[in-house]
Amino acid sequence: MIREFADADIVYLIEAARWTLLLALTATVGGGLLGIVVAVLRVIPFRPLNWLAIAWINLIQGTPLLGQLFVFFFGLPLVGLSVDAWTAAALSLSIYASAFFGEIWRGSLQSVSQRQWEAGAALGLTYAQRLGHVVLPQAIRISIAPTVGFLVQLVKNTSLTALIGFVELTRASQIISGATFAPLPVYLTAAVIYFIICFSLSQLAHMLERRLHVAR
Amino acid sequence: MSYNFKFDVLLRYVPEILQGVFLTLQFSVITMLCGLAIGLIVAMASISPLMPLRACARIYVEALRNTPLLVQLFIVFFGLPSIGIRLGANTAALIALSINMGAYGAEILRAGFESVRQSQIEAGRSLGLTAGQTFRHVVLFQAVKTIYPALASQFVLIMLTTSVVSSIGATELFHQAAFIDSRTYRSFETYTLITISYLVLTLAFRAFFAGVYWVVFVRRPRR
Repeated sequence: MIREFADADIVYLIEAARWTLLLALTATVGGGLLGIVVAVLRVIPFRPLNWLAIAWINLIQGTPLLGQLFVFFFGLPLVGLSVDAWTAAALSLSIYASAFFGEIWRGSLQSVSQRQWEAGAALGLTYAQRLGHVVLPQAIRISIAPTVGFLVQLVKNTSLTALIGFVELTRASQIISGATFAPLPVYLTAAVIYFIICFSLSQLAHMLERRLHVAR
Repeated sequence: MSYNFKFDVLLRYVPEILQGVFLTLQFSVITMLCGLAIGLIVAMASISPLMPLRACARIYVEALRNTPLLVQLFIVFFGLPSIGIRLGANTAALIALSINMGAYGAEILRAGFESVRQSQIEAGRSLGLTAGQTFRHVVLFQAVKTIYPALASQFVLIMLTTSVVSSIGATELFHQAAFIDSRTYRSFETYTLITISYLVLTLAFRAFFAGVYWVVFVRRPRR
């Protein structure tokens, strides 16, 4: 049945955008936890673990996300995991995000001057106290803007999961486009929804960057 | 559950993979060049004294950078035919990639222009160089040196991003994966091999760009 592109379809697209957001949120949490591990492995004074983290980052940042998605989508069933598009999408986006978060947070940690560590030591603080009270608060402040900036990339990249059949905003647009034969208005609507999400995030990142820089 | 991994059946398809590599590089180079050309125009508009030009440049950059490439691709390939513009998959892919790259290129180039300090230009002029000579000998070298790392990593990023255009049937490396998969039914092995091929390309190009940087900018350039 061919029908007109109607208001109900716009509502359907907005509802599908919730899956885009949920997927991005899942990848943020999953990738964030894994990213902490990557950042820590990258900075601790033990070479083999540093190399492991570097290899991980290069592997993820040196291959296309689309390839990672397909490898997980076809690979997970082989190790006996029941896999639907959601699992493959959430897992590979989390892994993808972990490499980027790891690098962002390592950079933030290392951008805190060495003298801050020395000052803490001179005051007689333990390593944990120096990390917790002196270095981390500064590193977190530095990392917030680039972290939010990366979320824009993450939201945009959830669109690739449409290609393994996960129904989020882009896949929903394909479905509506197939039913209405009105690809131009459908995809433009999808673009507008993505724009609203991503533009808000990038403006937030800019705002945080300005505010946190002034306060320093 | 046991599964026999068979990578050897893929050996027959090495020529297809190499052809895919060639096509992907072709896509990447053309995208880079067209994107930089668009980016140059947009960057010049974004630093122009005319408000409407600056506004247009900003809208272009924000619109393109805040929407997914996949949706931009679908608009060009599936959307434009309904207003009478019909494009082949490869042409649509190149147009979408170039327009997308234009937005990123504009930001990189603008940063390059702004990085050269006014005092450098004044110094050049006070040494008696003409405006053209100042641009060529003073501004250009410094600006290129500043943006080179960004351009190099952007090229690698484009190379990885081109995989997305396989979704509309444009022929490049990732498209070859679908082809090999359909012949061998070895989905996991095929996609692993293709993904690793991208990794090899990435590492090779990073090394190449680092080498070029060293030769051109680190070793003292001859006068």
